[in-house]
Amino acid sequence: MSESISLAEICISSSSKAWKGEGEILATGIGLIPRIAAGLAKLTHNPDLMMTDGETYLISKPAPMGKRDISLDQVEGYMSYSRVFENLWGGKRHAMVTPTQIDSFGQTNISAIGDYGSPKVQLLGVRGFPGNFINHKNSIFIPNHSVKTFVKGKVDMVSGMGHQNKKLSNGKFEIKLVVTNLGVFDFNAENNNLQLLSLHPGVSVDDVIENTGFDVIIKSDEPTIMPTSDELTCIREVLDPQGVRNSIFGE
Amino acid sequence: MDKIVSHKDVVDQLSDGMTIGVGGWGARRKPMSLIREICQSDIKDLTVVSYGGPDVGLLCAHKKIKKLIFGFVSLDMIPLESHFRQARQKNEIEVMELDEGMVQWGLRAAAMNLPFLPTRVGLGTDVLTHNPELEYVTSPYNDAEKLVAMPALKLDIALIHVNKSDEKGNTQIIGPDPFFDELFARAACKTFVSSEEVVSTQELGGKDGAIFNRFERSLVTGVLHAPCGAHPTSCAPSYGFDIEHLKEYSAAAKSFDEYSTKYLNKTHQEYIDSIGGSETILNIPLPQF
Repeated sequence: MSESISLAEICISSSSKAWKGEGEILATGIGLIPRIAAGLAKLTHNPDLMMTDGETYLISKPAPMGKRDISLDQVEGYMSYSRVFENLWGGKRHAMVTPTQIDSFGQTNISAIGDYGSPKVQLLGVRGFPGNFINHKNSIFIPNHSVKTFVKGKVDMVSGMGHQNKKLSNGKFEIKLVVTNLGVFDFNAENNNLQLLSLHPGVSVDDVIENTGFDVIIKSDEPTIMPTSDELTCIREVLDPQGVRNSIFGE
Repeated sequence: MDKIVSHKDVVDQLSDGMTIGVGGWGARRKPMSLIREICQSDIKDLTVVSYGGPDVGLLCAHKKIKKLIFGFVSLDMIPLESHFRQARQKNEIEVMELDEGMVQWGLRAAAMNLPFLPTRVGLGTDVLTHNPELEYVTSPYNDAEKLVAMPALKLDIALIHVNKSDEKGNTQIIGPDPFFDELFARAACKTFVSSEEVVSTQELGGKDGAIFNRFERSLVTGVLHAPCGAHPTSCAPSYGFDIEHLKEYSAAAKSFDEYSTKYLNKTHQEYIDSIGGSETILNIPLPQF
């Protein structure tokens, strides 16, 4: 590989591990990095994953980013919105999403910022977050790790539930992996605290602590494992040949 | 049997304070010509149930909504709906914000004449904090689990855009995703469909066409012929969403007059002409993700 490895590629490789060992489930990566990461998981360690064309059909190979000839998609099944709901209520799905805020409980917000009656910033609405987080595993990708995204106290409008309410989910709630522009994390420390698993190149433990609005357990300050050459080939030649990923961090 | 109606006939069926359900999803297959007709009427104080897109935004811009029951409002490729956003940030509308699946469950309960359907969805979130009227139900079985009792979302009128219909209301949604339109039709006292094409029953395609018939004609009160009636939203497989128009519409949240003069308070045909005619709309490619 002559090109240097980009932060986007590191995040994609790290995020793809969200689907490791998850078996034959629906993989939904919402947003650029999660979507490429889900595709990478399918092309490398978990070929059994089901993925959609971004709309209504299940297709055999991950849809690459950017324009493609959709007549070449090998359609293998049907996944209308109604089917997606049925699927997620049955729990056979793992989504990776990007909330606007996340707190120490793993509670997430995509609804609104500020006072709920007249929000400072109205966002999308809770969408499927309440159902997703109570019915199946999820992972999180945050491209702008800061005290505005990893907030002190509680998120402004709890859209996805947190681990303190896991008993309400019939045991289904789990945030498996949290990947940010600073490093890789999970919520599996004692008392379900956020814990640092690895740091991306050039990032220090202090950077993580300063940019997180609540306590982070430093389980490891090892560097994040770099993408393998196989992974880089998949990302650069198959999943994102047009380099759409470069836009996420302005690389 | 002839259920053909005009835009005006449909709006004449509405009255202040009604609960209206709008089919489609985000910027896809919304009955926009009917929404524009409502916007130019005197109707007010509507409760609107929608997987929201520019239907919600346009109604917000015209101050038609008293209460919105929703899971999201988005224009898909333009994630945030500027008119809805403005209405919320200025506290102009009441909201019942729900998970997308809770909206489906509420419509299904209404469709089945049930008072509620149980679900875990909503537990552990502020959906329950901000909707104190939502009650719980305890499982009568050994698990005794405490669940949310999602109340029926009964609609006075549902408005749905379809690809094809005959005069009797045998409709066809040919796009690959029928969304939750069937449930909107079942949850409503009356359903009015706007249709790209109105054809004879013979022209519906027999058995091959019947698989696209997503709900039976007894649910359909009126059929409106509205070619390109979903514009600026998409109507697969005929046309995609008009991104340029949606950008212009979004920018109009700052000052609505120019957009309004250009595109609103017109007959449906005048509106289509203002976009450049039906040929222009039918040439908008389907989106690719």
